[in-house]
Amino acid sequence: MLDSALVALANITSGVHLLYLIGGVFLGLAVGIFPGLGGIVGLSLLLPFLYGMDPTSALAMLIGLVVVIPTSDTFTSVLMGIPGSSASQATVLDGFPLAKKGEAARALGAAFSASLFGGLLGAVILTVFVLVARPVILAFGSAELFMLTVLGLSMVGVMAGSSVIKGLTACGIGLMLGGVGGAPATGEYRMIFDLDYLTDGVPLVVVGLGIFAVPEIVDLLRQNRTIAGGAALGKGWLDGLKDMIRNKWLCVRCAGIGSMVGALPGLGGSVVDWIAYGHVVQTAKDKSEFGKGDIRGVLAPESANNAKEGGGLIPTLLFGVPGSGSMAVFLGGMVLIGLEPGPSMVEENLDITYTIIWSLALANVIGAGTCLLISKHVAKLTTIRYPLMAPFMIMVICFGAFQATRDLGDLVALFAIGLLGIVMKRFGWPRPALLIGFVLSGQMETYLYQALQFYEWGFLARPGVIIIGLITVASIVLGAVYGHRGTDEEQTRHATDRRPQMVFAGFLLVLFAYGLYDAFQQSYLGGVYTGAVAAVMLALGTWVFVKLAFGRAGEPANHDEELGGAYAGRDDLVGLGHYIYWLAGFLAAIFAIGYLLALTAFFLIFLRIKGGVSWARAVLLTGCGIGFLVFLAHIMVLDFPRGVLQEMIELPWPIG
Amino acid sequence: MKSRQFHITRRTALVAVGAAALALTGVAGTQALAADFSGKRIEWIIPFKEGGGSDTWARFYAPQIAGNLPGGPVIAVKNIPGGGSTKGSNQFQSRAKPNGLTILGTSGSTQFPYLLGDRRVRYEYKDWTVVLATPTGGVVYVSPGLGVMSAADIGKLKGVDLRYGSQGATSLDLIPLLAFEKLGLNVKAVFGMKGRGAGRLAFERGETNIDYQTSSGYLKKVTPLVKAGKAVPVMSWGALDSGGNLVRDPTFPDLPHFAEVYETIHGKKPSGEWFDAWKAFFTAGFAAQKMIFLPKGTPNDVVQAWRDAAAKTIGAPGFKDKAMKVLGTYPQKVGPDAELLVNTAINVDPKAKEWVRNWLTTKYNVKF
Repeated sequence: MLDSALVALANITSGVHLLYLIGGVFLGLAVGIFPGLGGIVGLSLLLPFLYGMDPTSALAMLIGLVVVIPTSDTFTSVLMGIPGSSASQATVLDGFPLAKKGEAARALGAAFSASLFGGLLGAVILTVFVLVARPVILAFGSAELFMLTVLGLSMVGVMAGSSVIKGLTACGIGLMLGGVGGAPATGEYRMIFDLDYLTDGVPLVVVGLGIFAVPEIVDLLRQNRTIAGGAALGKGWLDGLKDMIRNKWLCVRCAGIGSMVGALPGLGGSVVDWIAYGHVVQTAKDKSEFGKGDIRGVLAPESANNAKEGGGLIPTLLFGVPGSGSMAVFLGGMVLIGLEPGPSMVEENLDITYTIIWSLALANVIGAGTCLLISKHVAKLTTIRYPLMAPFMIMVICFGAFQATRDLGDLVALFAIGLLGIVMKRFGWPRPALLIGFVLSGQMETYLYQALQFYEWGFLARPGVIIIGLITVASIVLGAVYGHRGTDEEQTRHATDRRPQMVFAGFLLVLFAYGLYDAFQQSYLGGVYTGAVAAVMLALGTWVFVKLAFGRAGEPANHDEELGGAYAGRDDLVGLGHYIYWLAGFLAAIFAIGYLLALTAFFLIFLRIKGGVSWARAVLLTGCGIGFLVFLAHIMVLDFPRGVLQEMIELPWPIG
Repeated sequence: MKSRQFHITRRTALVAVGAAALALTGVAGTQALAADFSGKRIEWIIPFKEGGGSDTWARFYAPQIAGNLPGGPVIAVKNIPGGGSTKGSNQFQSRAKPNGLTILGTSGSTQFPYLLGDRRVRYEYKDWTVVLATPTGGVVYVSPGLGVMSAADIGKLKGVDLRYGSQGATSLDLIPLLAFEKLGLNVKAVFGMKGRGAGRLAFERGETNIDYQTSSGYLKKVTPLVKAGKAVPVMSWGALDSGGNLVRDPTFPDLPHFAEVYETIHGKKPSGEWFDAWKAFFTAGFAAQKMIFLPKGTPNDVVQAWRDAAAKTIGAPGFKDKAMKVLGTYPQKVGPDAELLVNTAINVDPKAKEWVRNWLTTKYNVKF
């Protein structure tokens, strides 16, 4: 082991290795900044160059890239409320409110120092863990993995907000949405409305961007201000660093959670940030600031999501089973450069494994360091008038969503889920609960079904299952004992006219009823899961509906930002529908003339009318945006969604 | 007013640019007819995600074939995943021009939906021209706890409760599932595995006790298990000889192939509609697992240029060594050999196809 460690040390300190590592890091930082573009996109940009490259250099580049994505994706999560990738969705919850308070620099400082700390600690854990990981991973069978999804789902409790029942129902929407597409047990298509697009299910990127980014963009546009709202950028990143040091034990715990969950193949990286976030809320004594800008809500997911990447390497290296999408591409890259994952990675190839792990640590230092240095400048983005930024944001999230399956359906789904997000935000339905339900839905169903097939109900008596079950119970109790989040000020959001809320609740009931109907069209194994979820949700949804219809005015479920909350009586704001029409118009234009032409038109018109810039500047800005997009599409060998125009006449790339 | 004028001229300019570009691509098309690809970027559509088996296969081949094409173009891999690989293939069918600048890489997962008549399939293999085919095989192994010490003991498995982790009955797992049934083995398929790797993991955990891997997966990841006494190989699927008969897999000459094992158990050679169907799907899924195609109507000189380039690539000195790591040990097929494979895989007797569909519906509740 010592030999391998020394060889690895020599490897990573050699000049060439370091150079390629830095190259990978910078590419990763650049890609990670764009919401929706994550490790998969970054790695596929590298793939064409890998074959024939010297393995050490290629490996350094791959590692550098993959490791820093969850570092730089924090920028948009904190600054714009747009999750940069699925690894930092939870960062949005407290990071963005901090930016709105003008504390963007502090939030970023905390996030990056937590990333750095988590990444380094993750590498330390890995150095030891990799030697004993094989039996540990093998101990997590379908039964234990199912129980872990239950643990993840229990986090909904602390994220439900003031009305627990609405939180559970929101989670139910996520579970149902995750049930769309082929059933794991039988492959039957559920709730696809005869659309080919839905046979693969709705992509996570689309749900994440739709549920968080679209409502935020619309909201900021309506307020027609800068993100920081005129507030000064405030205390710098040093305060963030101090925040991290003050909460170091929290970061230690979350990094541990990140490494372990990341190392389990099949659970995937997208729940790590939520589990960490749930953990910090559950264990915090004072919960009143969570969701409104508590720095701990930034530290927890950020220290976990960098540690996760290292954890994700373990099943990839030891078993050749990638734990996440980006690890799958990483694995492909390894094969191309002639490295074969397997048990040999902890035997004769242990030096390669250590080279990988320590490159990971080094990449974390370079990546987080760079981000810290530039965060002061990037934070200035929050002082730009939003109408000028909005077209770029819309362009980027559309491009990110389109990356999911490269289908026009991605954009339609983004719009539809964006609408859902807007309405949920207005009526105070907790959107994180939906996302947790969605992320865990497929895995929960698959592992429950497999555990039942392998062990029947006896799986509940397996020691691992019991231990995880106890942790679940403990975390729920812990969350309850430390008291609930303050709900006092939410009184102001109660509306007297509750009809709009009832319409939405009624709409959800229709959806659940359809889910139940759909389940009965399937075979028993194909429909039992969605049917059961739909039935429970139908009951909970009815309860919400009844509360809204007949409950007292001070009922916690009663929540309407437009009629009762901060937006009530604000005549200076345009209506909620205004920008939805803009987005709908954009979508219609895409259907007619294809994405790139529609985007060009949208850019020009929006910048001129809403941004109030001169035509000349509008053309210039449009040119920059479109030019960048076309460049990216060219190197990624990508066609843009086509419209009716392109179906009728043949146009050259990129507009064709 | 002024600004509107500007807008109109801009649009006119855009149309003009578009028309010019259109004319240019037209010219490019005619140039390609002379089978010279210099300065071109060829798009190789892979209807799967980045990093998967097909993607790695294409990225291994792309630079090597590109170097052997006239004019030395660049081949860029274009991933269009979705719909179990039907989306990218449909796009290729409807949009690819016959100028040799767009090619498609298919896999068994593209062939199966086509053969089974999946609702999402709008592509037609008979329209396309094959350039190269990459065969593979598969090996079945069982848990040592079952008392089976070698292939000869396979009869002992009769009546034993076996469990198999599967990706789905209409996936490549159709081959093992049908084989297990016809051997009279009592195998319970547990679906929802995310890939063969996940299936192997379930086997290592002891959740399943029978599994198979394609040849390269077996060689790299199961051989260590066999050495450690944690897995016992019992049979291979076999391979096709030049006459299209099932023979022992040259990579695993010591393992009996499926038909041999069937004969040991039942005392007669496998035959009938089910076996025709099994063999056809075996060809489509393994013997011709990954293939490169040119679109409908590709002129002969372009086809020839591609076939020559493929032949040169696989005949190049040192290719075999390089290929070992990525493709396994099977000889790559080009020209008439590849065409023969495609024909066997695609021209399946309608009766055999119908048999498989019925079998999938009655046994696994698959709706077509």
